[in-house]
Order: sequence, then structure tokens, then C-alpha cells
Amino acid sequence: MTNSILKINNLKVFPNINSRLKLVKNISLRLKKGKTTCIVGESGSGKSLTALSVMRLLSSQLSMSGSIVFEGIDLLNLSKEEIRKKRGKDIAMIFQEPMTSLNPVLTIGYQIQEAISVHESPNKVELNSRVSKLLKTVGIPVDRMNSYPDELSGGQRQRVMIAMAISCSPKLLIADEPTTALDVTVQAQILNLLDDLKLKFEMTMLFITHDFGVVEDIADDVAVMFQGEIVEQGSVAKVLKNPKHPYTRALLDCVPDAYGKKDLKPIDYIALKELMGKKNANFIRS
Amino acid sequence: MQILLEAKNLSKKYVKTTGFFTRKQTVIKALDNISVSIKKGITLAVVGESGSGKSTLAKSLVRLIDVDKGLITFRNKNMRTINGDTLKSTRKNIQMIFQDPYASLNPRMKILKIMEEPLKVHKLGNSAAQYSMILSMIKRVGLVEADLLKYPHQFSGGQRQRIGIARALILEPELVVCDEPVSALDVSVQAQIIKLLKSLQKEYGLTYLFITHDLRIVRHIADEVIVMKDGKLIEQGKTDIIFNNPKTKYTKELLASIPGNLSKRK
Repeated sequence: MTNSILKINNLKVFPNINSRLKLVKNISLRLKKGKTTCIVGESGSGKSLTALSVMRLLSSQLSMSGSIVFEGIDLLNLSKEEIRKKRGKDIAMIFQEPMTSLNPVLTIGYQIQEAISVHESPNKVELNSRVSKLLKTVGIPVDRMNSYPDELSGGQRQRVMIAMAISCSPKLLIADEPTTALDVTVQAQILNLLDDLKLKFEMTMLFITHDFGVVEDIADDVAVMFQGEIVEQGSVAKVLKNPKHPYTRALLDCVPDAYGKKDLKPIDYIALKELMGKKNANFIRS
Repeated sequence: MQILLEAKNLSKKYVKTTGFFTRKQTVIKALDNISVSIKKGITLAVVGESGSGKSTLAKSLVRLIDVDKGLITFRNKNMRTINGDTLKSTRKNIQMIFQDPYASLNPRMKILKIMEEPLKVHKLGNSAAQYSMILSMIKRVGLVEADLLKYPHQFSGGQRQRIGIARALILEPELVVCDEPVSALDVSVQAQIIKLLKSLQKEYGLTYLFITHDLRIVRHIADEVIVMKDGKLIEQGKTDIIFNNPKTKYTKELLASIPGNLSKRK
């Protein structure tokens, strides 16, 4: 594959006290430059752990092995100091709950300034103009710069988070369920915004979600995770239209769609285990 | 079709005080002159964004909160004026399933006790009869007898929601108000619970008032839909008609923002 910006090779995540228990089991994933890759899965499938591993933000109780190569550098070998220089600058992250990720006692303008000044040292005037430019880019009126997070709506808070994330023009943006806590109409706006920004700044996006509808809207490539493994990956068109793995098929079957009354089928885990055992295919690339 | 519950011109205002010294008061109209009727045996879904007043509507219909103005009748009884025993016997016929199965079960009670409580409140049967009712209900929702001696924290989210459903249905209500019963659950569990709710509806002839913000679920489960915004009723009608031929701009906007339904960018 040409032009992959991030290569995850044989990543394993396990608790320090029990290294045999693998929470993420030997996954490999390549992110194509300028594309959006979605990781989908149920809760507990390890999708957030994968995202946190890339940022090296895993809890100290967890260890990882394998390699995560970002532009030729293995992130897992970097010192704390070195990874801190990458975090927020080259790789930025947006989290699910914007209220808990913003500091409630600081204005949003200050928090965006902070994100910039960690990596760069522009003067005050320049800093201010950059913040107002960022706010404009994400669609917040510039006069809200001195507002506190609780004065903003959920969608606006998520826009502030996005402004902070893109403040140093990162090459890779990781979004961990950024729209799950939002209303549908706001969700559609935020997805559109992220997509526009991706094209405008030529970013690569790693997008974590559990919603196949969102995948269809935003992704170019998709990886389906189940119990710590990637069971299927490929382009959105292929995976959604023609799922190869029984788990992908089962998961798609239990998502209601907007067009008509299709029959919802809950996942039958016992039948699924059997199917997976028979085929002996726990890794399918399409 | 027989009308089970009818509400006319409901209004409910909340007064919000802002400012520390100034005490500015802003009035929020949570319900603004809303009329609804629920026919027996159908599923009526109420959709809207957060803050649109859909939960306020649900709560006021079962009289968990009092409205300022309007008339609510359930089986020809005026819900706003009845009290005492009449209210109690009417409440038996209207049960609620809540959004958060983690918060709506008492963590200090075993499942048996949780299930017993409504029966004891309404003095139904002796303890042996109660136990057999509980047992058959808990089996119906897909749990086993041994689960009765466990505490809520020992169950997964989906199982807890099953317990919530069992507790609501043990009194054999006619109307079940479901306030976002699946929005806290994973997609696969969501599918299980929706399937369970549908089969229970067939079996017991239940009427559902289904509050949700997820239009895909509405499409799936509801016969009729009410669209709400800022406390006002925007549109109502049969699900198929509203989805295929939305009349108002807001409904069109809502439908357009369903994930997987966006006009693709490329």
C-alpha cells in the first residue's frame, strides 16, 4: 500500500499484572494518507484502546508490544519527552465527551491558546489572531472567545475541541466517538465539519465509532473489531456492501436503517463462534 | 380504533433564574399547547432533539409531573384530578421503562425484591402467587430463576434493561411509556431489546409511547410518530407517511441528518 502515514504492526495491549490476557490481540492496520479510516465495534472490542495506544495515552496499568510507525518513526520507542512533542502537534485527538475534556474554569479562547503555545511560541497579537481564525474555521462566532465551556452547547463544545485539535495543523487526527453524545442534526453538522477540515488541511483521520451509519457517511476505509481483533478491513464500499466475515454481517444485521423496516437480528454469539471456528478465518482482508 | 389516552392543549413552563445578583428570569416552554391521542395497541414514537420537551411530555402523561394547563384523559378518567385509590389503580395500568438501566434499579435490592415491590404496593396475590408471577415474567424476558437472587451490579446493561422491562410488565399495564430505553445500549444489545419489546407487545397487546432521538429506531418500531421541537408539536402522523413524505422543513432536516443518509460529499 502506498502512502500510508501510520502503520500499526502486531499491536498487543495487555494488563501489567497478567500479560497473557490480551485486550488488543495482535492487530495490524495501515492508515492511508489523506483518508479517513473508521474502526467500528461494540463496547469492549478494543477500539478505544487502539486509538489511545497511538497517542501513547494508555493507563500505566497497561502495556503494549508491537510497533506503531508514524512517518517512519516507531512511536512506541520514543521517550516521554519526544512523544509529548508529537502529541497535539503531529497527532491530535478529539474525545467523546467535550464537557469533561474542557477545563470548566478557563475560557475557551485561553484553552485554544494553550494548545498552540505548548508547541509554538507566537507573540500575543499573533496568538489572538490565530485563535479567532480557528474559531471561524470551526464555525463559532469570534466574540465567544471569552466564554466558558458551560456557556456553550454540546455541539459548540465539540467544535472548540476540534479547534484545539487542529490548532497546530496535525497530520493525523484521531476522533474517538466525537458525535456519540450529540443530537442527530448536530452530529450531521460535526461530521460535515470534520470532513471539510480533513480535505482543507489534508489531514488523515482515524475515526472510532460504533455506528455503521456514521461509517457510511465519513469513512474511506473501515476496520471491524471484535474481542480485541480486527476481523475484517477494507474500503467502505466493499465491507458494507459485501461483508465477508460472519461478525461483520451479524453486526450489520442488527443496525436499524432509515429506509424501511428491515428485520433486526440480534447477534447470536454461539452460532457466530461456531461459524468463526469452522472457517478458521479470524482475519479477512478485502 | 379505541383511544387509550388523550391529551389536549398541554402546556408546561419552567422558570429558569439566571444571574447571581440580578435574578433575571427566563421562561422555558417545555410543552406549548400540545394535543396527542394514543390509540390502543399501537406504538407511538415521540422524536426530537434534546430540550424539545419529549421527556416532559412523557412524564406529564403519566402524571409524574403536573402540567400547567390542559386535559389528560386515560380510559375516560381525568388524569389531572384523580387522586388516592383511583390514581393508584390507574398508575398500575401505566408503567414506565427508563433510559438508564444503571440508575433505575436500586443497587441494594436483589432482583426478587425489585420485582416484588410493585406487586406488594398494589396488593396482588399472596407471596406464593407473587413468586410464580415473578418467575414466569423473568423467564419471559430471557433471564433465569437464579438471577432473582442477584444484585443489579451483577448484570450487564442489556440484562438490566430486561429487568426494567420485567418490572414494568409484571403489573400487566395497558400503556408502557419507554423513555429512550435503548439509547444507552450497544447496537447488538439494542437489537435484542427492540425485538423483545416487539414480541411482548404482540403477546400482551401493549400500547407503547416510545421516546427516542434515534430516527432509525422509530422507523423500525413505531406505527405513528410525533415530531417535537422547542416544546411544540411540529408534525404527526403514520410513520411511513412522515418518513416518505415529510411536510415541514424541520422534519426534512431531521430525516436528512440520519447517519448513513447524508448526501455524500464526493
